[in-house]
Amino acid sequence: MATQGVAAERDFAGRDREALLSELARVLPREALLFEPEDARPYECDGLTAYRQLPLAVALPDSEDQVRAILRICASLGVPVVARGAGTSLSGGAMPHKDGVLLSMAKFRHIVRLDPAARIAVVQPGVRNLAISEAAAAHGLYYAPDPSSQIACTIGGNVAENSGGVHCLKYGLTVHNVLRVRAITIEGEVLEIGSHALDSPGYDLLALMNGSEGMLAVITEVTVKLTPKPVVAQVLLAAFDDVNRAGDAVAAVIAAGIIPAGMEMMDQPATRAVEPFAHAGYPLDAQAILLAESDGTPEEVAEEIERIRQVMAGCGATEVRASRDEAERLRFWSGRKAAFPAVGRISPDYYCMDGTIPRKRLAQMLTAIAALEVKYGLRCCNVFHAGDGNLHPLILYDANAPDELDRAEKFGAEILERSVEYGGTITGEHGVGIEKIDQMCSQFSKQELEMFHRVKAAFDPAGLLNPGKAIPTLNRCVEFGRLHVHGGELPHAELPRF
Amino acid sequence: MNAVLQDFQETIREAAAAKRLLRIRGGGSKDFYGGPLEGEILDTTPYAGVVAYEPTELVVSVRAGTPLAELEALLADHGQMLAFEPPHFGAAATIGGALAAGLSGPRRAAAGAARDFVLGARIVDGRGDALAFGGQVMKNVAGYDVSRLMVGAMGTLGLIVEASLKVLPRPAAEASLRFEMPQAAAIATLNRWAGRPLPVSASCWRGGVLAIRLSGARAAVEAAARELGGQRVDRDDGFWRALRDHAHEFFSADTPLWRLSLPSTTPPLDGHGETLIEWGGAQRWVRTSAEGAAVREAAVAAGGSATLFRAREKSCPVFQPLQGPLAKIHRRLKDAFDPAGILNPGRM
Repeated sequence: MATQGVAAERDFAGRDREALLSELARVLPREALLFEPEDARPYECDGLTAYRQLPLAVALPDSEDQVRAILRICASLGVPVVARGAGTSLSGGAMPHKDGVLLSMAKFRHIVRLDPAARIAVVQPGVRNLAISEAAAAHGLYYAPDPSSQIACTIGGNVAENSGGVHCLKYGLTVHNVLRVRAITIEGEVLEIGSHALDSPGYDLLALMNGSEGMLAVITEVTVKLTPKPVVAQVLLAAFDDVNRAGDAVAAVIAAGIIPAGMEMMDQPATRAVEPFAHAGYPLDAQAILLAESDGTPEEVAEEIERIRQVMAGCGATEVRASRDEAERLRFWSGRKAAFPAVGRISPDYYCMDGTIPRKRLAQMLTAIAALEVKYGLRCCNVFHAGDGNLHPLILYDANAPDELDRAEKFGAEILERSVEYGGTITGEHGVGIEKIDQMCSQFSKQELEMFHRVKAAFDPAGLLNPGKAIPTLNRCVEFGRLHVHGGELPHAELPRF
Repeated sequence: MNAVLQDFQETIREAAAAKRLLRIRGGGSKDFYGGPLEGEILDTTPYAGVVAYEPTELVVSVRAGTPLAELEALLADHGQMLAFEPPHFGAAATIGGALAAGLSGPRRAAAGAARDFVLGARIVDGRGDALAFGGQVMKNVAGYDVSRLMVGAMGTLGLIVEASLKVLPRPAAEASLRFEMPQAAAIATLNRWAGRPLPVSASCWRGGVLAIRLSGARAAVEAAARELGGQRVDRDDGFWRALRDHAHEFFSADTPLWRLSLPSTTPPLDGHGETLIEWGGAQRWVRTSAEGAAVREAAVAAGGSATLFRAREKSCPVFQPLQGPLAKIHRRLKDAFDPAGILNPGRM
């Protein structure tokens, strides 16, 4: 992936580095400004480690005033700014810009206020996702979105990426659980978006901020909604000797009017990878397993689990087991949650995809992936948020083997393009970042991409926040050579060709 | 491409070139809502019908001019519903109008707002370009969330021509409970219940009586009803529908009707006329002839906002005016989507 250039993006080279550092040194204490390569090295990549870039400088502010001052300096010098939380992004959203400032929000780690009566928490952006639930637990409340990286990822990053998790089908994404965002524009102005009421006057800028990948403004405070903790949860494990039958069972559960708290699928390569590692007790002869969770009051859960069991049996499950206690529930989940590290154990490297498709296309997609495994000579394990159609194929490769990374990337790109073709999207919850920016050209038309650029310009007219991410320039799409053409119009007719 | 859609694009292109104002209109049931109506009517009702509906995907794609009642009847046939419970202010109400106005009904505090259920939208912007954002899947973070931005924008950013919505199963069981309770106690009680895993799907306090609706699995509804007590009313759909559609007697008076959106724990705002409370305390309807500025001031002081929802004479702006950098970003967004400023100007 490091092979991929950032051609056709705007050039910020030639900025006055010395002027930038001396200006920043005026507003930040010495230890909050890093510019020697060895100091900046830990910031050169996020969770997408194949892409690395040292920034001009790393700024570690600890107050909103410092953030405003840094942004004003960067705006006046025309220097790009990339905000970073815990750096767990899987799409390179927090990868630094070579001519820019990496703005780490790691010091913003205070829970400002937790109001159990109003069921809200006001938190700084560097607060970890799980820390909110831990703080709310004493009040019988929690923060519902639970991305797999929740022990490490921060709420600022969750808003920037509109993070999901295992329980989105029932409890929603970040966008459904954030009431208010306070953010600073590149011009250093404070935006109060949303409120502690359920809606606010004006356009729904909260919807824009969620999933904006640090392109619109820098978040300095977030108010999240807290949800009452269900009294009990129970999970059902169902085994299938055919992947299609497992897919049908997912549809049948929904058709029965049930919205499970979580519904996950793993194929055989995935269960075989995790079992020796997690000892979850998965049946290894099954072609696919489903995990379906029910939560609520004891009466409600007992009723729902029984209904799901009947649906699964009716769909030809070869085995159905309900967790008998909390320890067994956690054990059933442990395999799913350990899928990524387990795959990391059987393969030197893996590439995690994030396409979402209508669920009815699942079997078709898995067949296509099997064919791509042959085409590219690489193995793939599939874990799948079955309830909402979000696939995480894990393509196994060895970065030290010649051309395997390149094959893995092409394999992944084909999966993404297939996702668009099936009526889905290139990214369900990991974001576009730098990783999937070229596939944006397949999903959106020229006019749609232009509108995205205009939306960005409404917040950031100079285009300094996280440039080169999330939304490709039209030139880039021309170079990439793949365009989504609407109504037979010639794409980008007015642009010079290279 | 569909001829009606092409007509829409052509109409908007021509209007933009001539700087002629357009007024987007579905069933016209919400003509009373928002700023003054200006411009030539662009009627969305010819663009109607369900494009795709697969109950097991929990997604329906529907054209803007489709009557809300027709869409809801189709969903009901499959045991599903629009969980944001959009109000019908007339039989002609369309789904496009419901989304453009962004109004949600009694289930809002429990289930989410109209914007929460929008997965994707096809729009025609103020240039006449047909654009598609989002999609038909639950999780989608490719590009800015323009589909949700359209919700509640009152047609000022573009004409919504089609939307894909997440739908949910209808609850297996419902029951209503009534309690005699003064306003302050009702607000405290609703917030306390909302902090517990109870299946409360709607609430209404008015004139010393608190009504709540329980929805969900039969076992959960029964257990909650037993625990909470009060007077049980089993088939109470009519009451909640009347509340949703403002057919309740409270809404029939002639005094200006304000909608206050407040933090749910806000204590009673005394001295501001007759009050009806919904959404667990977060939405308060107030009938008052008081100065708009005074009503707004009280709402802002409580951390919320006030909308002049219905009034014969609109003596102050309907929506709370925005200030500073937020106002600037709103103007730029309007320019981005509608550079000629022809779509529903003044409506928001």
